[in-house]
Order: sequence, then structure tokens, then C-alpha cells
Amino acid sequence: MLNVRLRAYKRPHRGAVVGGFWVIFALAVLVGCGPNMQRQPRYQPYDASQFFPDGTSSRPLEADTVSRENLHTDTLRYTGKINGKLADTFPLPVTRDLLTRGHERYGIYCAPCHGPLGDGNGVIVQRGFSQPPSFHTDTLRNAPAGLFFDVITNGYGLMYPYAARVQPDDRWAIAAYIRALQLSQHATLHDVPPDQQPKLQEAQP
Amino acid sequence: MMSDEQQSLPSHVQIDEQPLQRQQLFHPRANTVAKVSIIGGLLAVALAFFLWGVYTRSPYYTGATVTVDQPVPFSHKHHVGELGIDCRMCHTSVEQSASAGMPATQTCMTCHSQIWANSPVLAPVHESFRSGVPIAWNRVYELPGYVYFNHSIHVQKGIGCVSCHGQIDEMPLTAKAVPLTMQWCLNCHRAPEKYIRPRDEVFNTRWVAQDQLTQGRKLVDDYHIVAGGRLTNCSICHR
Ligand code: HEC
Ligand code: HEC
Ligand code: HEC
Ligand code: HEC
Ligand code: HEC
Ligand code: HEC
Repeated sequence: MLNVRLRAYKRPHRGAVVGGFWVIFALAVLVGCGPNMQRQPRYQPYDASQFFPDGTSSRPLEADTVSRENLHTDTLRYTGKINGKLADTFPLPVTRDLLTRGHERYGIYCAPCHGPLGDGNGVIVQRGFSQPPSFHTDTLRNAPAGLFFDVITNGYGLMYPYAARVQPDDRWAIAAYIRALQLSQHATLHDVPPDQQPKLQEAQP
Repeated sequence: MMSDEQQSLPSHVQIDEQPLQRQQLFHPRANTVAKVSIIGGLLAVALAFFLWGVYTRSPYYTGATVTVDQPVPFSHKHHVGELGIDCRMCHTSVEQSASAGMPATQTCMTCHSQIWANSPVLAPVHESFRSGVPIAWNRVYELPGYVYFNHSIHVQKGIGCVSCHGQIDEMPLTAKAVPLTMQWCLNCHRAPEKYIRPRDEVFNTRWVAQDQLTQGRKLVDDYHIVAGGRLTNCSICHR
């Protein structure tokens, strides 16, 4: 009788046992699926840091070090000065591309205060910021181009420096564009090509 | 010991001698119960998958349209929508690098040294400027670490900020405008012509296309965007 009983108990199929094991194993492994890959142990830009005292992972340059692309030996191009005096030449060829670039950068960084025309009446000034001088005064028209480079780099009076946001070559592009603005607001009939002059005279009321 | 156990076996056998009927544990109805529970179980699993799908696409999970609290209630509506300040005034590196860049405290101070200078809302900005400890903005958009993303390529190829960040010029507090799921990225990578715009309109939050598809196809050509599945290769985003 004992034998009968033992046979009555049907042992589970071997495949089912193995299958069951894998299901349980897979479930157990799933438990290990945390967000580890989501937040990997490395800094991404602007991540906070518990290691550095100021709490940020973005590090300033070590003292007395110069990164290769910042080895600026061309003083005119990177300071706007020749022998310590503001220069009135451009270190880059003033092309149409440079002016287009200057126009764009001026619109982003300067126009909010200096206004699209450079008259010092931008939207931020209308909201209460001190009014900057117009670019169309004799002083600024006669100022060397290096002045604009220098003001963007180091700031001037109430105006903060923009060096962190405007790269050196872009500063020259802006300077060139301001020169163009000054010409445009101070042009006479003789600045227009001779064949175009009659057209303008006709248009005048 | 061994012999003791062997001797107890016969009594075991006797206990097992029971009428066969007793061994019929399940009532006939159990068959139906078994069938119903198998089908029901499968349905439950399917439902669970479905609900999981709905859940992982819901704003509750992806964070879309949910505003994030910030140490200073900075408003893009005010600065971009009303004052018309360009994104690049503050997010300087968006054209050249993977990260768009977050404004340094000095950037706020170029205007707020005078504007609203004594307002308590701006106190953390002034405090940060004095102490040199940056303002800790809470992130609104964040991809998992295993996804590679780069702003500059999208800006260069004419994908506007609003295509991915929504009408940010109307947000008093920044909210995530899109789910940022893989499906969402692929949706555009499969058909960029539906979203692309001329390069100089990338920063314009108010730009609307006249005829998106016609113009889009032309721009995809002009900007040499390689279609045909290259942009959906896994290794484009998981490198
Ligand atoms: C937040 C407003 C603001 C912005 C933006 C701004 N400026 Fe100014 N700027 C001023 C103010 C105010 C002054 C006058 C400062 C003074 O007199 O103390 C000024 C003065 C100047 C001057 C005159 C310096 C002189 O010798 O008289 C120049 C040139 C100038 N800015 C160029 C620029 C350029 C180029 C940019 C863009 C990169 C720019 N500014 C952006 C507010 C601004
Ligand atoms: C005056 C500065 C300023 C300007 C201009 C600006 N932003 Fe911002 N932006 C910020 C600040 C500060 C934050 C962080 C606070 C927040 O999330 O609202 C931010 C956050 C963001 C975020 C969310 C970042 C995150 O946490 O993931 C996006 C996206 C964004 N800006 C896009 C834009 C776009 C697009 C434009 C142009 C249409 C723009 N910004 C213009 C200052 C600015
Ligand atoms: C180009 C100038 C400019 C810059 C840069 C700027 N703001 Fe403003 N901000 C303004 C002006 C102008 C106002 C006031 C608008 C008004 O009076 O209607 C203002 C208002 C505010 C307010 C008042 C609350 C509100 O929105 O009504 C807060 C807060 C603020 N800014 C935070 C910031 C922060 C933080 C930064 C730096 C990421 C910043 N701003 C950068 C010009 C600027
Ligand atoms: C193709 C979609 C897309 C476009 C176009 C886009 N962004 Fe983003 N932006 C993202 C994603 C995705 C993130 C999150 C990145 C991460 O977590 O690494 C992000 C993050 C940001 C951040 C937070 C800082 C960072 O870089 O992580 C800012 C600020 C931002 N974007 C601004 C902008 C501006 C300004 C523009 C327009 C010039 C723009 N974005 C265009 C998708 C986009
Ligand atoms: C609205 C459209 C759009 C969206 C949304 C978008 N992309 Fe793109 N992406 C593009 C276009 C267009 C290109 C340029 C393709 C080319 O240069 O051929 C691109 C290029 C890229 C590249 C560089 C490809 C290369 O050539 O190596 C990466 C990486 C990338 N996208 C990642 C992402 C990720 C991650 C997301 C989602 C968070 C995303 N993109 C969302 C349109 C989009
Ligand atoms: C256009 C960019 C892009 C491409 C191409 C892409 N992915 Fe993704 N993938 C993503 C993003 C973004 C996420 C993060 C989604 C999230 O956080 O919800 C992701 C997440 C994932 C995940 C994790 C899903 C999860 O829920 O945790 C896997 C697995 C994955 N991708 C596999 C693939 C495979 C396989 C391919 C190729 C067939 C591929 N991806 C192609 C952008 C991409």
C-alpha cells in the first residue's frame, strides 16, 4: 500500500521546477533594479557637490594656471590695447560676416540697455536702470575702437563687465557693429554712392 | 535506531489505508474556478502592464506640466515674454556646448544691481553675489545619466527652444512642457521636418510656420540632416 501512495503523488515535471526557479530568480534580480544607472557616480554640468566647500562641481581655474586656448599673446586682440593705450584698429578683418555677427551679439547683450539704435534708451532703462550715454555723441564717435572692447571686458561705472558671456572675437564684432551704428546715425548725403544720391533727394519732402 | 524506524513502518501503512473517495479533494466545480482564475490572472497581468504604461506616460510620473519651486521666483514670462530678453543673455553656452548653461549670479546682477535692488524676493541673489555661493536652482528638465544629449547640434540644425521647452515665454514659473521620454525624442528624430525651422528663428518664441511640411522638407535638405533611420540608432543617444 505504501508503494501505491507514493506513486499517487505525482512529482512535478522537471521543466516546471526549473521554470519556477527562473521566475523567482528573475523577480529577485528585479529587486536590484534601482535607479543606479539613472544617477551615475559622476558629475554632470552644474551638479552640486558635497566634496568642494562651495558646494558646486564646476571648478574655477587653479591659481597661476593658463589653459592652452587662453594663452593670449596677441595683446591687441585680447586687451584692445597697444602699448597700454586703447587702440583704434581692429585685429580682425572687418567683413560683412563680422558685422552680421556683431549685430546679432549686440542685440542679445547690449540692446536691452543701449537700445537697438544705441541711443541709450533700451527696455531695461525704461524699467528704471540708469540711462547709459548715447553712442552718437562726439566723445564716443571719436573714441578708439579699443574702448568698446575694453568696456565690454572690464565694465564701466555702473555697467558690469560682460567678459564671461561675450568671447573676445565677439567683442570686436560688437565694436565693429557699434562703429557701423554710429556711421548710420551720422551719415550725410556724401556718404551715399553718387548714383544713389538723386533717389534720396527725390524722397526728401 | 534504524531497526526501530523500520519497525514503525507498518503502522504508517495502516493509516494510509483509506477509502479512495476521501482522496477526492476537489469538488467538480473547481474545474471552472481553475479556468476562470487562469484567464483572470492573465487579464490581471495585462491590465497591470497597461496601467504601468499609462502611469509612466502620465504627467505624474514624467513631471510634464508640473512647475518646480525655486529659491527665487524667476519668471521667463516677465524676462522673455515682456522684456524680450534673448535666451542667450542668460543661457550663454547653448550654441556651442552640450549644456545650455545656467546664468551666474553676476548675470542677474547686471540688471538687478539697480532694478528691484531692495526687494526681498531678490535677497537670495544679492546674498549669493556677496558670498560667492551659487544659487541652487532646482532642475526642471533632467535626462537619466545613460542618455546623451547635446543642445548645440539641435540649435545649429534649426530646432527651436519652444519645440522642446514649450511656450516658456508665458511661464511665470518654469514647468516641464514635454514628457522627455525616449518615445518623445524618437518622435522628432523620425520626422524632423515636422518641427524644424530656419536657424535664425531658433530663439524666437513666437515664430509660426506658414507651411511646415513643405518648408521643413527643404530645411532638412539645406541643413544636411541625414534621414533614413540614422537618427534613431540606439548609439546616437546611448553612447
Ligand atoms: C544693464 C544695462 C547695460 C547693458 C546690458 C550694457 N550696458 Fe553699456 N552702459 C550701461 C550704463 C548704465 C552705462 C553708463 C555707465 C556709467 O556712466 O557709469 C554704460 C556705458 C557704456 C559705454 C560708454 C563708456 C564711456 O566711456 O562712456 C559703452 C561704450 C558701453 N556701455 C558699451 C556696451 C556694450 C558694447 C554692451 C553690450 C556688450 C553694453 N554696453 C551693455 C548699461 C548697460
Ligand atoms: C534673464 C535670464 C534668463 C533668460 C533671458 C532666459 N532664462 Fe531660462 N532660466 C533662467 C533661470 C534663472 C532659470 C532657473 C530657474 C527656473 O528654472 O525657472 C532658467 C531655467 C530655464 C529652463 C529650465 C532648466 C532646468 O532646470 O532644467 C529652461 C528650459 C530655460 N530656462 C529655457 C529658456 C529659454 C528657451 C529662454 C529664451 C526663450 C530662456 N530660458 C531665457 C534665466 C533666464
Ligand atoms: C537684462 C536685465 C535683467 C536680467 C539679466 C535679469 N533681470 Fe530680473 N528683472 C529685470 C527687470 C527689468 C525686472 C522688472 C520688470 C518690471 O518692473 O516690470 C525684473 C524682475 C525680476 C523679478 C521680480 C519678480 C517678477 O518677475 O515680477 C525677479 C524675482 C527677477 N527679476 C529675478 C531675476 C534673476 C534671478 C535673474 C538672474 C538669473 C534676473 N532676474 C536677471 C531685468 C533683468
Ligand atoms: C531637442 C530638444 C531641445 C531643444 C531644441 C532645446 N532643449 Fe534645452 N533641454 C533639453 C533637454 C532634453 C534638457 C535636459 C538635459 C539633461 O538633462 O542633460 C534640456 C535642458 C536645458 C536647460 C537646463 C540646463 C542644461 O543644459 O541641462 C536649459 C537652460 C535649456 N535646456 C535651455 C534651452 C534653450 C535656451 C534652448 C534654445 C536655444 C533649448 N534649451 C533648446 C532639450 C532641448
Ligand atoms: C524637435 C525635434 C527633435 C527632438 C525633440 C529631439 N531631437 Fe535630437 N536631433 C534633432 C535633429 C534635427 C538633429 C540633427 C541631425 C543631424 O545633424 O543630422 C538631432 C541630433 C541629435 C543628436 C546628435 C546626433 C549625431 O549626429 O550624433 C543627439 C545625440 C540627439 N539629437 C539626441 C536627442 C535626445 C536624447 C532627445 C530627447 C531628449 C532629442 N534628441 C530630441 C531633432 C530633435
Ligand atoms: C533620440 C534618442 C534615443 C534613441 C535613438 C534611443 N533612445 Fe533609448 N532612451 C532615450 C531616452 C531619452 C531615455 C530615457 C527615458 C526616460 O527617462 O523615461 C531612454 C531610455 C532607454 C531605456 C531605459 C528604459 C527605462 O524605462 O528605464 C532603454 C532600455 C533604451 N532606452 C533602449 C534603447 C534602444 C534599444 C534603442 C535603439 C533601438 C534606443 N534606446 C534608442 C533616448 C533614445
